[in-house]
Amino acid sequence: MITFDRVSKRYGEGHDALREVSVEIDRDELVFLTGHSGAGKSTLLRLIMLMDRPTRGRVLVDGRDLAGVGPRGIPRHRRDIGVVFQNHQLLFDRSVFDNVALPLVIAGFDHREIGRRVRAALGKVGLHERERAMPVTLSGGEQQRVGIARAVVGRPKILLADEPTGNLDPALSAEIMRLFEDFNRVGVTVLIASHDLVLVSRLHHRILTLREGRLVRGSAP
Amino acid sequence: MSSRREGASRSRTLLAHRLAGWLQHHRLSAADSLLKVLDNPFASVLTWLVIGIALALPVGLDQVMDNAGRLGASWDHPAQLSLFLREDIDGAQAQALAARVAGRADVEAASFLARDAALEEFSTLSGFADVLASMPQNPLPNLLLVTPAPGLEDAALLQALHADLAALDEVDEAVLDMAWLQRLRGLIDLGRRAALVLGAMLVLGVVLILGNTIRLSIESRREEIVVVKLVGGSNAFVRRPFLYTGLWYGSGGGLVAGLLVWGALWYLGEPVARLAALYGSSFELAGPGVMGVLNLVILGGLLGLAGAWLAVARHLSAIEPGAGRA
Repeated sequence: MITFDRVSKRYGEGHDALREVSVEIDRDELVFLTGHSGAGKSTLLRLIMLMDRPTRGRVLVDGRDLAGVGPRGIPRHRRDIGVVFQNHQLLFDRSVFDNVALPLVIAGFDHREIGRRVRAALGKVGLHERERAMPVTLSGGEQQRVGIARAVVGRPKILLADEPTGNLDPALSAEIMRLFEDFNRVGVTVLIASHDLVLVSRLHHRILTLREGRLVRGSAP
Repeated sequence: MSSRREGASRSRTLLAHRLAGWLQHHRLSAADSLLKVLDNPFASVLTWLVIGIALALPVGLDQVMDNAGRLGASWDHPAQLSLFLREDIDGAQAQALAARVAGRADVEAASFLARDAALEEFSTLSGFADVLASMPQNPLPNLLLVTPAPGLEDAALLQALHADLAALDEVDEAVLDMAWLQRLRGLIDLGRRAALVLGAMLVLGVVLILGNTIRLSIESRREEIVVVKLVGGSNAFVRRPFLYTGLWYGSGGGLVAGLLVWGALWYLGEPVARLAALYGSSFELAGPGVMGVLNLVILGGLLGLAGAWLAVARHLSAIEPGAGRA
């Protein structure tokens, strides 16, 4: 589903964020990506999202070489990927419902379908009764679940998460991880960047470890 | 075969579905941006006023020139000759002279204005009644107002008539009242050009003001734009609400401009009518009318779109989730 073929990324100031990374992630996999901050986890996710382009090497998503996706193709590419951010990236001037609905509005669904799907997604993360709430009134864990609902509402094939439990206590973190496992079980490819080694190693999934831009563990399934 | 037909019908539904979604987002963007504009009434009213005043200046000037042009054209006989008669010519002689002059082929009419009647009219209208009453004798001469024949527009023929009449015995002085009309027409032309130049500059100003307003609104929604782009929003999708914001600001400004011009002309209407009555004319100021105001609203809307497009083209592409690495 996601293939990195000898991918290197060097930023302008001569800092190598990724060096010769090769990895293959299968369709039904849930994979953790670990490493110290600055080891290249975010860069790897950014390359999948086309927020950055690799300096060398190829990135393939769902069989397609991302080098062939031009600026006009980027929005469509991103619609196939759900993303969960550490800082939620919610829009605080609109309700939970409108936040979750955003990807569907962008994709041009009609409002009945949007209502149905948003409620389904909110139900899945256990927030169905909070759809009219404003994000500021929610706790950190609830905000993160809104972010997850928004990531999955468009039924993406791939779900990426960048430190999704970064600000949460262990119990909440475990709960969030269980949600990701649920989505994985219904066929979504999930890639989670996390530095929480304790939590990650308790769950039995493949772990990729990056150190100074090199993949030092987990390159093969 | 059937699967192909199915595919075709599905792609048709897909197209219809996408069109519906596109229309829906237009509706949403229009309503949302209008709500945002109304949500911040103080800033919005200021913007509307700035645009309204900027548009009202050239449009108002143009309207005044329009009226002045109408005023000039409303004189069927653009030129008039005033014959001031000698002191010793009495009313009867003057009447006889009027009949003689009116008999000429190149004269349409000649009317006699007796000195006493003129004094009376002057003292009631000028407010100098006391001063005039204290004078030992009437300072005004008898006057003959001569209207040239309608065909006599040519300046040379008018000059010839003027010379003829001035040479008459009874006439002390003959004044050809044409210069003021030429000056008026010259002034109107100048005024129109000034309105055009002023208009061009202020229209550019309006576009820039709106562009800047939209730029600020883009800046204040930077994070939202990043999120929208991250979840797959295209540039067109991100652009839409800002273009609508420009449209609302612009057309609101156009409406303000229309109301300002209309209000100003209404305010001027009464004194102008009074002044016209003094000149014995039934001239009335013409306002911009409903269509004029509507045109201003449309013009404002187009300028708003232009300004928003300028800002969006320049600043939106700079906001990418990739820029400024986390």
